Amino acid sequence: MPQITGFEDISKEDRDRLTLTGINTENMDGRSGSFVMVNDHVLHAGSNAEGIETLMIDKALEKYDWVKDYFWKAVPQDKDQYTKYVAEHPQKGYCIIAHKGAKATFPLQSCMFLADDTIQAVHNMVIAEEGAELHLISGCASSMKTKTGAHYGVNEIYVGKNAKVTSTMIHTWGEEIEVFPRTGAVIEEGGTFLSNYVCMRPTKMVQMYPTAWLRGEHAVARFSSVIVAGTGSYVDAGSRAVLQAPNTSAELITRAITNGGTIISRGAVVAEAPRTKGHIECRGLILKDGIMHAIPEIEGHVVDVELSHEAAVGKIARDEIEYLMARGLSEEEATATIIRGFLDVKIDGLPPALQKQIDAAIDSADDNGY
Amino acid sequence: MLEVRNLHVEVGGREVLHGVSFTIPDGQTHVLLGPNGSGKTTLLRTLMGFASSRVTEGSIIYNGTDVTGKPVHERAKLGMGIMFQRPPTISGLKLGKFIQATTNIGTDTIPVLAENLHMTKFLERDVNAGFSGGEIKRSEILQLTVQNPSFVMLDEPESGVDVENMSLLGHAAARLLEKDQHINARTKSGLIITHTGYILDYIEADVGYVLIDGHLQCSGNPREILKSVKASGYKECAACRR
Repeated sequence: MPQITGFEDISKEDRDRLTLTGINTENMDGRSGSFVMVNDHVLHAGSNAEGIETLMIDKALEKYDWVKDYFWKAVPQDKDQYTKYVAEHPQKGYCIIAHKGAKATFPLQSCMFLADDTIQAVHNMVIAEEGAELHLISGCASSMKTKTGAHYGVNEIYVGKNAKVTSTMIHTWGEEIEVFPRTGAVIEEGGTFLSNYVCMRPTKMVQMYPTAWLRGEHAVARFSSVIVAGTGSYVDAGSRAVLQAPNTSAELITRAITNGGTIISRGAVVAEAPRTKGHIECRGLILKDGIMHAIPEIEGHVVDVELSHEAAVGKIARDEIEYLMARGLSEEEATATIIRGFLDVKIDGLPPALQKQIDAAIDSADDNGY
Repeated sequence: MLEVRNLHVEVGGREVLHGVSFTIPDGQTHVLLGPNGSGKTTLLRTLMGFASSRVTEGSIIYNGTDVTGKPVHERAKLGMGIMFQRPPTISGLKLGKFIQATTNIGTDTIPVLAENLHMTKFLERDVNAGFSGGEIKRSEILQLTVQNPSFVMLDEPESGVDVENMSLLGHAAARLLEKDQHINARTKSGLIITHTGYILDYIEADVGYVLIDGHLQCSGNPREILKSVKASGYKECAACRR
């Protein structure tokens, strides 16, 4: 295929698809930075916010000697065949650096686009130095014409002292695409890491289990996932938080709907230090025959930890549907309204632009049929 | 407005209503009394068309249309509305968003109606999640006010409501039934389940019924019936054969 040099070389329907993953394909309005990668080709990398750089990872390693101190430290190179594959190939991906105290007004966007039947291997890093704040929207999608393909993505996130990183990942892959993100986050004292994951389109296989290492006191991690899996989709998505310092806390929230697909929702909180708190909440709906498997795990290693989990799998209650019908909504409208509410995981402190993006993705799932 | 003929209803395979018949003319409000478990809520749920109440015999005629087999939302569209006694919680669905989804009225109107019922802050909360008894009733009456049904069913509007809320609710329910309008101008009708009769301080009712074990035992002046029930319970009603 001809070389893609800009969004204008991507078809209208593929651009629409990227828009649904939170990517502004028109301009940089409302964005503090942008990184676009098509297959293994980096189209664009740049920031327009003070103190924040969006670089290609190889350039970042050249530019700053200290970046290597973070390189492969949150995700081990030899973790599995996918991380090994990424390590053995040329390093392609972004390195976003928020220097000390820098605060991004708008979200940064990163777009991983699979245009051909190929394996896209990506290595991304986010380094938020002391007191820095940034929100990252990662839109991952494949072209409508891509038949098979895979995305292996290593993501390393470093949240420095009192820094805050919000990472929202929206997946819009194709029905024959296999996706293996490998994410690790290290959170220092007083740092906050908020991770939101949205996957509502059919994908052959997603397998991910991001892990947050809370290394400094009073660090906080929150994972929220919204997953809809149709027939043929296999989504094995979890998250894990390891509370390694006193007074750290983590919350893992999942809302999942299977409409014929398989969802494995893993969640684990490991408390290794005292005065730590962790909670896992997983709620699943089975709308059509499919599998919803919730595996919450809580593990305490010392005295003075508070860990809990709640998981529920079921169907929409008849009385809820009839309640809405009594106000004039048809059965289909009532069901869709309840489902939209079910998927509506509101996260405190999320910038309105990000929330809007998630809401749009949830609404678009409607068009796709639940 | 409403004509119920020889209604037999099963819940969970057991007959709960054994041939109930009554008529509510336009502009009238009727009151349903009866001990716990007599079938009052089942009757209201049947009129609204909920699946758990299965009509085995008889019919429900609403404004000339036989609605006996019609789904819930079609009855709502025809102008039937119900205040739930114990509505379900809908996680994630904001009350304001829900109400807006049920109506064509402008987005500016709902906050005004909500303010009148002291429900403004609840518009941003999940429907019924953690609402107190009084808050549930106010939420219900707000939903009904927006829906503006022609036939209003209230299932124990006073249960779990304190004195101050009772007045707020009572007046709102009265407006819903056009009690603020001249008797000849009223077109809306209502059917109210009450145990205490407090709601009758706000809504003048035309006819009262006593339902015992799935049979309508008597009908008459609602205040008189209430007075007699308060004095001697439902024993006399049970013994009474119409």
